[in-house]
Amino acid sequence: MSLNNWQPVIGLEVHVQLATRTKLFSSSPIAFGADPNTQASEIDLGLPGVLPVLNKEAISHALKFGCAINAEISEKVIFARKNYFYPDLPKGYQISQLDDPIVGKGSVEIKLGDKSKIIGVTRAHLEEDAGKSIHDLYSNNSAIDLNRAGTCLLEIVSEPDLSSAEEAVEYLKKIHSIVTFLGISDGDMSQGSMRCDANVSVKRPDDQKLGTRTELKNINSFKFVEKAIIFEIDRQIKELEKGEEIIQETRLYDSKKNLTRSMRSKEEANDYRYFPEPDLIPIKISKDQINDVRKNLPELPEIMKERFMNSYELSDDNAELVTINKETASFFEEVLSYEVSPKNAVNWITGDLFALLNKNDTNISESKVNPKHIAEIIQNIEDQKISGPSAKKLLEIVWSEGGEIQELIQKEGLEQISNDDEIEKILDEVISENQKQFEQLKSGKDRLQGFFVGQVMKKTSGSASPQVVNKLLKDKLSK
Amino acid sequence: MSELINLSLTDQILGLADKSFSSKEITGAYLNEIKKKESLNCFISVFEEESEEKALMADENIAKNKARPLEGIPIAHKDIFCIKDKKTTCGSKMLSNFISPYSSEVFSKLDTAGAITLGKTNMDEFAMGSSNETSFYGNVLNPINEKLSPGGSSGGSAAAVRANLCSFATATDTGGSIRQPASFCGVTGIKPTYGRVSRWGMIAFASSLDQAGIIAKNAKDAAIALKYMSGFDQKDSTSLNEEVKDLQKEVDAEQEHIIGIPKELIENIKNDQVRDSFKNAISILEKDGAKIEEINLPHIEYSLPAYYVIAPAECSANLARYDGIRFGHRSESVSSLEDLYVNSRTEGFGREVKNRIFIGTFCLSAGYYDAFYNKALKIRNLIKSDFDEAFKKVSSIAMPTCSNSSFELGSISDPVEMYEQDIYTIPANLAGLPALSIPSGTADEMPIGLQLIGNYLEEGRILNLANKFQKLTNFHEFK
Repeated sequence: MSLNNWQPVIGLEVHVQLATRTKLFSSSPIAFGADPNTQASEIDLGLPGVLPVLNKEAISHALKFGCAINAEISEKVIFARKNYFYPDLPKGYQISQLDDPIVGKGSVEIKLGDKSKIIGVTRAHLEEDAGKSIHDLYSNNSAIDLNRAGTCLLEIVSEPDLSSAEEAVEYLKKIHSIVTFLGISDGDMSQGSMRCDANVSVKRPDDQKLGTRTELKNINSFKFVEKAIIFEIDRQIKELEKGEEIIQETRLYDSKKNLTRSMRSKEEANDYRYFPEPDLIPIKISKDQINDVRKNLPELPEIMKERFMNSYELSDDNAELVTINKETASFFEEVLSYEVSPKNAVNWITGDLFALLNKNDTNISESKVNPKHIAEIIQNIEDQKISGPSAKKLLEIVWSEGGEIQELIQKEGLEQISNDDEIEKILDEVISENQKQFEQLKSGKDRLQGFFVGQVMKKTSGSASPQVVNKLLKDKLSK
Repeated sequence: MSELINLSLTDQILGLADKSFSSKEITGAYLNEIKKKESLNCFISVFEEESEEKALMADENIAKNKARPLEGIPIAHKDIFCIKDKKTTCGSKMLSNFISPYSSEVFSKLDTAGAITLGKTNMDEFAMGSSNETSFYGNVLNPINEKLSPGGSSGGSAAAVRANLCSFATATDTGGSIRQPASFCGVTGIKPTYGRVSRWGMIAFASSLDQAGIIAKNAKDAAIALKYMSGFDQKDSTSLNEEVKDLQKEVDAEQEHIIGIPKELIENIKNDQVRDSFKNAISILEKDGAKIEEINLPHIEYSLPAYYVIAPAECSANLARYDGIRFGHRSESVSSLEDLYVNSRTEGFGREVKNRIFIGTFCLSAGYYDAFYNKALKIRNLIKSDFDEAFKKVSSIAMPTCSNSSFELGSISDPVEMYEQDIYTIPANLAGLPALSIPSGTADEMPIGLQLIGNYLEEGRILNLANKFQKLTNFHEFK
């Protein structure tokens, strides 16, 4: 993509589903995957005569986020009704916030290679989620599931400080890491716990005014955020260079075709007729309450990374990798609790384990591999009880089946053969089967050394210690 | 047994306690009378068998000395209060098929206190109206003169009490819907302080103004009934977490009264009979020892316009949930989602409800919000301050309930003329103050009411003053 001296301007609106026990205004439980409409009370259904009661846990979650990004916190929290008709919006209005959002101006820092950049957060406010319309279940009817209706969302609005798709993704990852480290959301984008809209425009570098923006909806993975923004920047530049104008509109990202298409223009946009929610009274947030939240804030990724670098002597890159999310960080620290070297722990987690996670598109908390597995694999290598290849094999077994490392070593016969006599016998076998090559090696063809070690490893299914094989081979050559 | 239905609540409680009569007898007598006076159209539903069963249970409780405070007292609920497994229509075609799966707090409290629900009373559709003519179930007739309106919106409750069809009835008041019909039917009606009675399960018209109250034969009865209906409810965030006073005791206590009279307002009363009867009522109280003070309520003249912005605005959102999707009327001629909304709402709502939804939607629209809604909120605050100022020197404020006595059914067709029915009652709703109406004379041979407004949570004080007046006069007596 050629920017051709155009400057993209991007702002993100991130909806984070808060991990509260119950909904924002009712006591219905929140659990993903329950049978349709089994987690919807009379309040969530918007029956005549029902009233909302604010969930205090949602307030405390939002305050944590506000404190984590050093934002201004509103002294008074006021909810407003946002009016629009939609079949999965039971009351015909959404209880949201307009004026005095609970979290005001704050900022986060993102890393871009060696550089970092401060991204402003305009506001973050609490609102209830809508239900889900399902259009492909019945041929002539749509179905509505109100289990999600009323769950707590924190809508985090950034300043238009992002200037590339890459920055947008870094910002989104940052928000993801903050909310998961705070424990206020599971951050699971595949289940809709984090959803993202992007406002995108382009301008010439010296233009004071921003260009006309479009709002991209339905970009619910890090990958799609990147692809959708790249597509949209490119589309806008092409339009402008053709002399066309950009229309202010909402565009939907189609991940299958990798393009954005017009959904509705500004003229068709809703007038939401916001007004203060009369069923709720303004909530006061005291200085003490804010101080209390600040004091009890969990360790955030940057601070944790710093600590890992200092206490475990990890490199910047490695520390960054193991603090990528809360699960990985605690996995790492749990591995260390078995007293293995931090360097080995990082290498195993970010190397072999990450490779398996990526290959299978899953995350660390869902894998069968637990910190004890990794720690025991490392200990066995350190004690030279298993070889490197056996260790990899062990990891693959526990990855797919789980189990106990010690038992698996026995069962699979992976115990390293460090008995010189036994290995020498096998080496002799290999030599007698490959006399010609042995002569060549003797006469100086050094690269054949690997061949002999490999053959021994093959015969022992990888359980011979390569160091021992090398030593014995050298002995034989010097005879 | 017909004399049982004429007894006051106080005497009914005494009679049941000393077993002069049974709940079975009194319940049977009311059910007979309801049948006899069916043409008044006071009820939308009557629960005959269930009432009879409950009466037998009440008699058992009394026999076992386990009587609750209102054990075996037959009452009626305005059809705005949800009762589990009962049809709750709110006077609308929209809810003609709505069986509530839950109960309102008002019902639950009175049910727990032992009262028997004879049925649900007719009302203006969604409590919007001042004549009971907007009900989908036909208008209620004024029991004193069947050509005339019983007032509204709680016309069914007021007429039912006047016609001796129940011991007392629950009602709601958003702009005068308890007091104006009480005035028209020559009975006592009280709207307590906003937040004194839970709104849970009471179908919303204008949330910041709606308040449940009581229509009864006299102030003493109203005090007893209100006592068992009041109290903090955590299901209603606007409910007041304040101690419930013993109104039953306070209504008969020795109290000094300083009555504030808004002089300008009184001098401007156009109807001579209304003005004279008001002055007469005040002189009766003055002779009895009450002090009279002139007060100034400079912004009260703006009450009506402010109210007719705020109430419709809230109603436009509150009634958005009636979309034909989850409950209520659903149009049969539907070929798109838009049709489903438009046709269901067009068919399900009556003209007056539509008027108010239009007004409210307009007032909240972009570009009009500040000119209408915000200005109305400012006026509301000024009116509150006027009252705060006045209550620094007086213990209650008196004015007429209505500028006229009952009018002929069908005689007012101009909506604005109908809205003017509430000119004296609306200020108390805007300020959230308790206010009651008691019969204080006649105009054109029909009763008119004296309105007493109290300071916040001073229901007891205005009931005490009303009781004093009723000891000195017989305007409230009827057979």
